[in-house]
Amino acid sequence: MNASAMDVNTEAKRILAVSISKLYASRSQRGGLRLHRSLLLSLVMRSARDIYHSAYAQAAAEEAAAAMDADKELEKVSEPLVKSPEPEKVELECREREEDKEVEEEEDMEDVFESETDSEDKENMNPSRHSRKRRGNTSAAPDFLPSKRARLEPGEERHAVLLGAVVPLGAMGLGSCRVGESLNAFSINRVAMPAC
Amino acid sequence: MKGPEHGECGGGSEDMQWCFSQVKGAIDDDVAEADIISTVEFNHSGELLATGDRGGRVVIFQQEVENKSVPEYRSEYNVYSTFQSHEPEFDYLKSLEIEEKINKIRWLPQKNASQFLLSTNDKTIKLWKISERDKRPEGYNLKEEDGRYINPGNVTSLRVPVFRPMDLMVEASPRRVFSNAHTYHINSISVNSDHETYLSADDLRVNLWNLEINDRSFNIVDIKPANMEDLTEIITAAEFHPHHCHTLVYSSSKGSIRLCDMRASALCDQHTKLFEEPEDPSNRSFFSEIISSISDVKFSHSGRYLMTRDYLTVKIWDLNMETRPIETYQVHEYLRNKMCSLYENDCLFDKFECCWNGNDSVVMTGSYNNFFRMFDRAQRRDATLEASREHNLPLQLLKPRRVCTGGGGGGGCSKRKKDEISVDSLDFNKKILHTAWHPNDNIIAVATINNLYIFQDKVSDPDSADDLSASDMMCTI
Repeated sequence: MNASAMDVNTEAKRILAVSISKLYASRSQRGGLRLHRSLLLSLVMRSARDIYHSAYAQAAAEEAAAAMDADKELEKVSEPLVKSPEPEKVELECREREEDKEVEEEEDMEDVFESETDSEDKENMNPSRHSRKRRGNTSAAPDFLPSKRARLEPGEERHAVLLGAVVPLGAMGLGSCRVGESLNAFSINRVAMPAC
Repeated sequence: MKGPEHGECGGGSEDMQWCFSQVKGAIDDDVAEADIISTVEFNHSGELLATGDRGGRVVIFQQEVENKSVPEYRSEYNVYSTFQSHEPEFDYLKSLEIEEKINKIRWLPQKNASQFLLSTNDKTIKLWKISERDKRPEGYNLKEEDGRYINPGNVTSLRVPVFRPMDLMVEASPRRVFSNAHTYHINSISVNSDHETYLSADDLRVNLWNLEINDRSFNIVDIKPANMEDLTEIITAAEFHPHHCHTLVYSSSKGSIRLCDMRASALCDQHTKLFEEPEDPSNRSFFSEIISSISDVKFSHSGRYLMTRDYLTVKIWDLNMETRPIETYQVHEYLRNKMCSLYENDCLFDKFECCWNGNDSVVMTGSYNNFFRMFDRAQRRDATLEASREHNLPLQLLKPRRVCTGGGGGGGCSKRKKDEISVDSLDFNKKILHTAWHPNDNIIAVATINNLYIFQDKVSDPDSADDLSASDMMCTI
């Protein structure tokens, strides 16, 4: 069961990465940003993000439950538990093994989110170029969304997003919501056509 | 839809068999971006067939007069007129290039000797007049035939210029340009049954125009949220009812269709009817939103039904029932398990169109691998046909194709059956997005990426028809 959850997680991450690269590609498309396409991309990204975070939340909940059960076991409570202790122990072991992977994953997620905040396609960038550099005049499509600048500076965005990525284990639902809001605000803001 | 052979008894139902008629366009595989066909439309009589391409050009084909000596060869479309409808433009305010790609062409009903059509790109709609000139005045007093002016002093007698026949010349001239009314990209235009007005729809708004007035339009639908961050759905297509000039429908990216009555209020944000089918929770995936987005909506000729196309299905709705469609046809259900790769190669964003036949009994839509699908509503039959250069002999019958999905080596396809192809062998670069059906006849126009195929149904020979009836009689005895 955990393995399939990991599959879903990997899938979600991959779809997120693909979506972001599509979002970038659409910025340089002839005819300008297509609202329909951008909307669909952001919906897919939201689905992927929700599934990814709910999987994390679920894993964290299981971990907490497993920890609780382990404590109860030690205290030798006579009341029969709803869940049998053994699967919980197994899950706990699995989680320990995966904790090493988690740190990696977090870093991956950070990279994914970081590239989202960057204007240029990170894959094609010169490695010597600074990622924190403002886009300025270098981009092909000039910034025509003044409201975006007013909301979050690039540095702030990244900070908010990183917070979101790291938080889920601890804050579970709350953390996800915060991430959701910042990401949501970010992506919709980026893709929205200028109001007229 | 394999029909019974001629002479076989028991084949009471009329099976349509399609045969190749013509193909238009370049043969080579290296396709120029500008040549990609972006819209196909018959006019109201079916005599004219217009195509628009990404290069902003419109090509109109005209059907030749029926060749009575060869009854099977009843329709041949030849180039009638070609003109550059739209040019690429640049919006200086937003630093955006405006593509010249023709998104839609709609014919106006014919009122006089000239033909009129509306063509639109992302931002501007144009009304074109296509007129024939087959006579020209000759015998001017002060001008030579080649245009040089005659010295008045050399004129000794006067004559009245007369019209003399000349080689047919077809001229296209822009009569109206309807611009600056759309912030977002125009996806639909639809001429009203009053023949005076038409609508244009972009991602968030629908505007109403008078054909005579190009500096003003009325906004009749506006779904733009106050805060763009709250945007959840956009308009994907819109159309006027074929008979009721006050009724229009528009489809959304969420899979719903709204019917509006312009008599209810000036701004039709409140729909009169909402056609929506609840989503099947078992089909939920990352891409549910994309595949439920409606790419085309078409009223039936009767005005009683609506057809919608989303990524995997064609749905027929009865205007009197909003809760669910009355018919759902699977176009290529075998693609449901391939959605991740279709998303990656962008095919999941393809916008397929659909069309009705003249009497609303059959509907047609395109698919991949240059396949197109027909659904016979009355007989509950469907067929998969292919537009391919390999079957280009005149009047060659199209064989039904099949896509097999079974597992095992070779995709589970029987190697003997040449008409079968496995899902993994499908060419997703060959897609049929645009199809059109002659309003009064069984002639269809199917656009592949850069070619236009014209197919017609097989006309029975008088002899074999007699055989059929004779054997029918024998069977019933």
